[in-house]
Amino acid sequence: MEYILIIISAIFVNNIVLSQFLGICPFLGVSSKLNTAVGMSGAVCFVITLATVVTFLLNKLLVLCNIQFLQTIAFILVIAALVQMVEIVLKKISPSLYQALGIFLPLITTNCAVLGVAINVVTKEFTFAGGQPHMFNLGEATVYALATSLGYGLAMILFAGLREQIALNNVPKAFKGVPIALVTAGILAMAFMGFSGMV
Amino acid sequence: MSKLNLITKGLVKENPTFVLLLGMCPTLATTTSAINGMSMGLATMFVLILSNMAISAIARFIPDKVRIPAYIVVIATFVTLLQFLMQAFVPSIYESLGLFIPLIVVNCIILGRAEAFANKNGVLDSALDGIGIGLGFTIALTLLGIIRELLGNLSFFGWKFCQADGILAFVLAPGAFIALAYLIVVFRKVAEKK
Repeated sequence: MEYILIIISAIFVNNIVLSQFLGICPFLGVSSKLNTAVGMSGAVCFVITLATVVTFLLNKLLVLCNIQFLQTIAFILVIAALVQMVEIVLKKISPSLYQALGIFLPLITTNCAVLGVAINVVTKEFTFAGGQPHMFNLGEATVYALATSLGYGLAMILFAGLREQIALNNVPKAFKGVPIALVTAGILAMAFMGFSGMV
Repeated sequence: MSKLNLITKGLVKENPTFVLLLGMCPTLATTTSAINGMSMGLATMFVLILSNMAISAIARFIPDKVRIPAYIVVIATFVTLLQFLMQAFVPSIYESLGLFIPLIVVNCIILGRAEAFANKNGVLDSALDGIGIGLGFTIALTLLGIIRELLGNLSFFGWKFCQADGILAFVLAPGAFIALAYLIVVFRKVAEKK
């Protein structure tokens, strides 16, 4: 039951892009075409889940050695290494997928959604359905990371669909490009506000 | 380019928020009030100046292939330093900015300046570039913070001038996107006239 609550909360109620403002750069940058948005969401989904599991375990080690102050540096290095590794593995195993993701793979290192989720699960206490606030264990952290990245994909794909429609319309000159995209994102965020209070 | 030019170009011509559109996550997330926006801008500026100086000093010793990870480690070091300083001297601001302090590490503005400017220019020029871009970012965040606070909470830098309720949406997520969109449009119009 708790896992279901975590999933609903992470995808809809606290959507990572539209209510936590993480990963906005790729959200605005690569969402003008639907298929690149799908590719980017897939890659991010994979990296967030993997990175969260690894950094969660790494954090246990940091706490054990009493060197939590290294958290930020250690996490970003792990993420950079993981992204590099995913790139090498994908290139060997599935060249077609590697081709499809292209430039987006290395850019994931500087996607703040990855580091944000990794830091969130080891520092924040979560409360669901009136239960006691508690830190996540490994299982919950994994489910949370997976659900959060699905929420990222949902927002990204919805937004890309909207932008493809906007491109067909006659937008005032000063609004062309990012401003009209931001207004659209604002309205999308307003729609997602309707989910608040559900969990 | 003259020294003064290095600073002023960050304010208008290469403004990181309105023209380059970099660092959108902290821009949208931390501008719920003018004070939060301004402190986020200053915190980023602190890291930007120091990392620009450090990177321009050591750039020629770093092999080209590992330069991005090396830059990230330099930036992460200064961010950790900033975390300690803020925790010690301004704990309340540290609390309210929360997650977005460690996330300065992945702010594209800082890595972008390291890659585009600091690794080919001298220490002094890089510091000035950091000040200019940092000021541009701080001004943009403060402006957005002022607007969102005015509309959402009817107050100015924490001073509540009217007891009525504001438009709550401007403090929450949707208002952030919409306020920033209109701010960019106004900036474009003004820059066009010049």
